[in-house]
Amino acid sequence: MELKSLNKISDYVWEIPREGEMRVPGRIFASAELVEDFDDNVVKQIKNVAALPGIQQASMTMPDAHWGYGFPIGGVAAFDPEEDGIISMGGIGFDISCGVRTMRTGMRREEIEPYLGKLVDRLFVIVPAGVGSEGKIRLNQSQIDEVLVGGAQWAVSQGYGYKEDLRYIEEGGVMGGADPAQVSDMAKKRQFREVGTLGSGNHYLEIQYVAEVYDEKIAEKLGLFKDDVVVSVHCGSRALGHQIGTDYLKTLAEASRRYNIPVHERELVCAPINSPEGRRYFSAVCAGINCALANRQVIAHLVREAFSDVIPRARISMLYDVSHNTCKVEEHPVGNKVKRLFIHRKGATRAFGPGRKEIPEEYRSTGQPVLIGGTMGTCSYILVGTESGMTQAFGSACHGAGRALSRTQAKKRWRGDALLKELGARGIIIRTHSYSGAAEEAPGAYKDVTAVVDATHNAGLAKKVVMVKPMACIKG
Amino acid sequence: MKTYETFEHLADIGVRGYGKSMEEAFENGAKAMFSVIADIDAVKLSEREEVRCEAEDLEMLFVEWLNSLLSAAHLSGELFCNFKVEITDHKLRGWARGERLDQGRHHVMTEVKAATYSMLKVGREGDIYIAQCIVDV
Repeated sequence: MELKSLNKISDYVWEIPREGEMRVPGRIFASAELVEDFDDNVVKQIKNVAALPGIQQASMTMPDAHWGYGFPIGGVAAFDPEEDGIISMGGIGFDISCGVRTMRTGMRREEIEPYLGKLVDRLFVIVPAGVGSEGKIRLNQSQIDEVLVGGAQWAVSQGYGYKEDLRYIEEGGVMGGADPAQVSDMAKKRQFREVGTLGSGNHYLEIQYVAEVYDEKIAEKLGLFKDDVVVSVHCGSRALGHQIGTDYLKTLAEASRRYNIPVHERELVCAPINSPEGRRYFSAVCAGINCALANRQVIAHLVREAFSDVIPRARISMLYDVSHNTCKVEEHPVGNKVKRLFIHRKGATRAFGPGRKEIPEEYRSTGQPVLIGGTMGTCSYILVGTESGMTQAFGSACHGAGRALSRTQAKKRWRGDALLKELGARGIIIRTHSYSGAAEEAPGAYKDVTAVVDATHNAGLAKKVVMVKPMACIKG
Repeated sequence: MKTYETFEHLADIGVRGYGKSMEEAFENGAKAMFSVIADIDAVKLSEREEVRCEAEDLEMLFVEWLNSLLSAAHLSGELFCNFKVEITDHKLRGWARGERLDQGRHHVMTEVKAATYSMLKVGREGDIYIAQCIVDV
């Protein structure tokens, strides 16, 4: 994308001026280099979102923006129900509440290393992953409804993890407002054997160590020190979330027409928040979020089991669990009023600054932990939300590196087995159910996560705390 | 003649079916999608499932068809590799054949979350019918 079509606000903030049907300007958070690499479709999608009714402040993208479905990936937009605001399928996507959970192990790098191979093998057996995998939990119709209402709380009530875990999950592990009646039988049936499965594609389970500390004080508050080992899980709402997306694509297409909403791309389909269709979709999304929270809670339990089998002295405790494909009701000041807004984050992480009541007490003075996944061969980051991120972007940050090469190109360039060998030689153990799936996820197929995180930090959206590097990774 | 292929998309992947009729393009489009999930040449034809769907136009019908197949395959734990389609007035009746997915035996690649409206095109170029869209993986 050409920089000259944008108004430069600062080195890391760019504006697309209002034109045509746009109700608000577009706002891009990224460095000049990252913006120049953006696809032109990103701008088109930012403008399309800016034309939706009830949008507040700006149609925004985070530094890892790329071409998505309706919304750009990395898109953030807030809608006010009092101003005919809408809820859009494009702003949430097919993997509702996909997110990252990071847990401390209470172990240091050198303590884990002798057991690493055995630990990864155990995790690979115990955590179902890949195409066609099934979880150990079998549910029926009424049990799945309990998952959709109870989220991670349901999982804990079934013995998967501890009550204490829930405090470190957004919404305390359960999203209010979920209505299982708004989720189709097909979506529920597809989830009967899916709870506690990792999935495939870019989803992973990684054992990481703290390689760099940028802010010792905050790192200490998060309980992180150099060379500490953590476990991170990246996955979402599995088949149930995918099916909710597919089902509501049709419902919302009809609604967009009925309510005369200008939808310039089919996936942008939406309904007014205050309409029967909008309310139904939001209740289904909340149910999808609970499904994802339950899923990650069960996986966390499996991680604990694997550790206790191999290194019984490890103590797995929650750092945080944060989603990056969501629509949530949040209060934010707009002008001189505090408004109740529906914040869409598509491939963007909530990043609340210090003081927000939604953050667990221990982190309230530092800001919410923001977990940014990199690739299996590079690194990931832990940041915290900032005051400036609250005012600039409704408390939002980037979610990952973003792809630089298509899956097809990645497979042409790398072979799965050779890639795994190369990473192995660098001391990173990879276990996968699919070599070609691993090749698609080659570190070189992604943008430089460091550039994305630095832009997020420099734009003031979130503050860098630590960088973690992979020791071992399980891919679906 | 090439019957199906996948095409590039930065984050996900495109699937495209060709045919001498619209029905055949839909059948081959489904093959293209399942070729993203696994090596379908190695799948046996032991099971058969019927799928019915409808939509307001042919493009949306193609997405419906693919999404119905994803749901059906997932629910029965099967991999499909062979398809038959009948279309009348934007209503589709289709059959999918394949076998139960086995992580140990089948060469699996990646799950497909959904067929999308992105780069969706159903139409005719000369004598050849084409049906394509991006699938979210």
